[in-house]
Amino acid sequence: MPVTADRRPDRYLIIAGALALAVLLPVAVLLSAWRGDESETWRHLVDTVLWRLLGHTAWLVIGVGIGVLLLGVSLAWLVATQDFPGRRVLDWALLLPLAMPAYVLAFVVVQGLDYAGPVQTALRQWWPGFSGFSARHPFWVIATLSLVFYPYVYMLARLAFLTQGRAVMEQARLLGRGPWAAFFQVALPMARPAIAAGLALALMETLADFGAVSVFNFDTFTTAIYKSWYGLFNLAAAAQLASLLLLFVLLALWLERRGRGRARYGDRGGRPMVAVRSRWAWLMTCYAGLVVVLAFVLPAARLLYWTLDDVARGLDARFMSLALRTLTLGISAGVLVVGLASVLAWLQRLRPHRLMRALVRTATMGYALPGSVLAVGIVIGFAAIDRQLGQWFGWKQLLVGSLGALFLAYVIRFMAVAFGPVESALERVRPALLEAARTLGAQPLEAARRVLLPMVAPGLITALLLVGIDIMKEMPATLLLRPFGWDTLAVRIYELTAEGEWQRAALPSLALVAVGLLPVYLLVRRLRHF
Amino acid sequence: MTVLRRLALPALALLVAACSEQPEPKDEVVVYTSRNDELIKPVFDAYTEQTGVSIRYITDNAGALAARLKAEGEQSPADLLVTVDAGNLWQATEEDLLQPVESTVLEGNVPEHLRDGQGRWFGLTQRARTIVYSSERVQPSELSSYEALADEQWKGRLCLRTSKKVYNQSLVATMIERLGEEEAERVVRGWVDNLATDVFANDNAVMEAIIAGQCDVGIVNTYYFGRLQRDNPQLPLKLFWANQDSSGTHVNISGGGVTRNAPNREAAVALLEWMSKPEAQKLLADGNLEYPASSGVEAAEQVKAWGDFKADDLNVSVAGSRQVEAVKLMDRAGYR
Repeated sequence: MPVTADRRPDRYLIIAGALALAVLLPVAVLLSAWRGDESETWRHLVDTVLWRLLGHTAWLVIGVGIGVLLLGVSLAWLVATQDFPGRRVLDWALLLPLAMPAYVLAFVVVQGLDYAGPVQTALRQWWPGFSGFSARHPFWVIATLSLVFYPYVYMLARLAFLTQGRAVMEQARLLGRGPWAAFFQVALPMARPAIAAGLALALMETLADFGAVSVFNFDTFTTAIYKSWYGLFNLAAAAQLASLLLLFVLLALWLERRGRGRARYGDRGGRPMVAVRSRWAWLMTCYAGLVVVLAFVLPAARLLYWTLDDVARGLDARFMSLALRTLTLGISAGVLVVGLASVLAWLQRLRPHRLMRALVRTATMGYALPGSVLAVGIVIGFAAIDRQLGQWFGWKQLLVGSLGALFLAYVIRFMAVAFGPVESALERVRPALLEAARTLGAQPLEAARRVLLPMVAPGLITALLLVGIDIMKEMPATLLLRPFGWDTLAVRIYELTAEGEWQRAALPSLALVAVGLLPVYLLVRRLRHF
Repeated sequence: MTVLRRLALPALALLVAACSEQPEPKDEVVVYTSRNDELIKPVFDAYTEQTGVSIRYITDNAGALAARLKAEGEQSPADLLVTVDAGNLWQATEEDLLQPVESTVLEGNVPEHLRDGQGRWFGLTQRARTIVYSSERVQPSELSSYEALADEQWKGRLCLRTSKKVYNQSLVATMIERLGEEEAERVVRGWVDNLATDVFANDNAVMEAIIAGQCDVGIVNTYYFGRLQRDNPQLPLKLFWANQDSSGTHVNISGGGVTRNAPNREAAVALLEWMSKPEAQKLLADGNLEYPASSGVEAAEQVKAWGDFKADDLNVSVAGSRQVEAVKLMDRAGYR
């Protein structure tokens, strides 16, 4: 075939462009707020609270970044390479905190540890001189968010350590490196892409968080956004502020790119890494066990305790349908998001040029925006489309308040979560493998089914479970965009917490955790097959 | 690509099917509400049972619902907006999301200071925000007004909820209206100086801190107190009706208004009118231990036991018109 410039537009680019456009719609709505002059609100914020909030946000990002790295990497390393009592249980138990919404853990921490809580009350009784401490100190905020978000790093790093195989470490040891040096000079750099991807997800969650920090009354940048919107009645200024968070996304992406460097995932497992039991084995068990207890067992027990008072009142007919609908939404929307993420990742592989990469990156931006601001951007965007359709065809409102719109909102928000695991799964499939299959006479579909699918399936399932859990926990977009009657557990939690009935919110929270456990359980069964 | 093409059509069909909804029957009202499903559903169910008119609703917070109403414009399916806090309703009128309603029923049932002058919204329940104190460490004779909590004697003894909560914004907004900005700021600065600890994220935490002895007085909405009291009748806390010698205790409302583009205006007005009548008033107020807006309707027994009080009769829309000033004032005063 002669090599000539093809004048037809590239179909692959068009598909990627369409997905990027969907994400850009709400972002463009937010950016269009910059047309207005909101300098009065800005001046007020700059004069009074903004600098303090930025400082808080910086501390939070640094603190949570360090927290999730320390917890996630160390736990992943232990589980992947060491043998210790209870390892098989802890291996999956360490993923459980994924199912715990950040705002729920935050409430349990503040309620349990603050001056009026059971811990300090007991301490005061035993020890009259005890003067108390504040559970709303920044340390507790950072600790809480680290405990909720470390699984992102843990899961991706764990997979990376496992797939490195034992040989590299052995070679490093044979070349005279001690165990620590071998870890820092060989294993860690090789796992860097995975760790960076996990860190990026954790930090984006941290930046966009409003629920958990407001339970601590720890004012961050998102506080300024909501203060402008609800307090100062200035949605435009809120949109301006929120769009600034996109700058942080660029930073996070740059970090991830840098973290990745030229490194690529290895493509084979090799022999399992697990070493013989060392004499520190019990210490390892204690450390990993402590994390699970603090991040999951204790808070879940606390929720259970509150639930006991309320089971009869809370477990009505509505409740079952809430749980069922939550699960349905999580799974079906999860499949859609992962499907589209796979399309994107595949397109990027077919056309690995700059424009394609830019489009793909654009399509994953929605994760870093605070949920409710993004939700409003989506509503405004969809409503504009509805109006246009109404003018052209005389249709009634089609998008806003429909299930389709809600699914699109999930796509916009959670594409980043699905894209990471899918992309890294695809990277493991060297093109030569597929070519070999074709050479051996396999049709494209057969090659895909017999070679590609088995290799990427673990990545796809990981993505599906992560996104499914995130969708089930999602609150603001679900609230604003759901069709009439489509209430979920997260909606119920919102209704109760909005009225200050936190203890009663324990039941739906616990149900959400339980519903979230199912995906975690599946995830774990999958991970173990490695 | 073939795979994609094969999937594209069914997917599109599915999307369209999911998007299209059945045509609405005529006898239906669509409500956007920030009130709890548990509270509002019995009210709507009772209405449907009596009139045969069905009600569809979604719950969300007022800011988000208003943004959605505004974005939907003329296409909006909503007939009625029901939310808490006069500030939110006031802001909805600023954005031209509500339309005037003339109704002798509503005007007769809802006192003038609890509704919009042009009939764009009407109060449905009243929510009093007043002083709560430790019955072990404070004598009621030491208390008088919100303003007096700024005095030296409460240094290190006051607990407050965050200024980000609209209830506190409304309270300070009315203080600005009554006292002027300068005096209001002096009071708020005094509160901040008197705080025993960082401000809390909710009213319950304020009361729990008082019970635990971290502080002695606070400011809360009465229904939060009522809930704690229901769970524990021996609560070492008491309510004090603030400002009885001056402006009266601060009240806010939950209320509703007919949306600008209501497809079913008449049915919406009928529902709103019904909600101002005794039966619905009882359901709305008692469900959350609030006070009925309609003056002829009695509060729940537990609520009546807290005693009668003089409520501030300033029009509650002040909570909205002065909210921005209030937020800025609290930011300046360092009230987080």
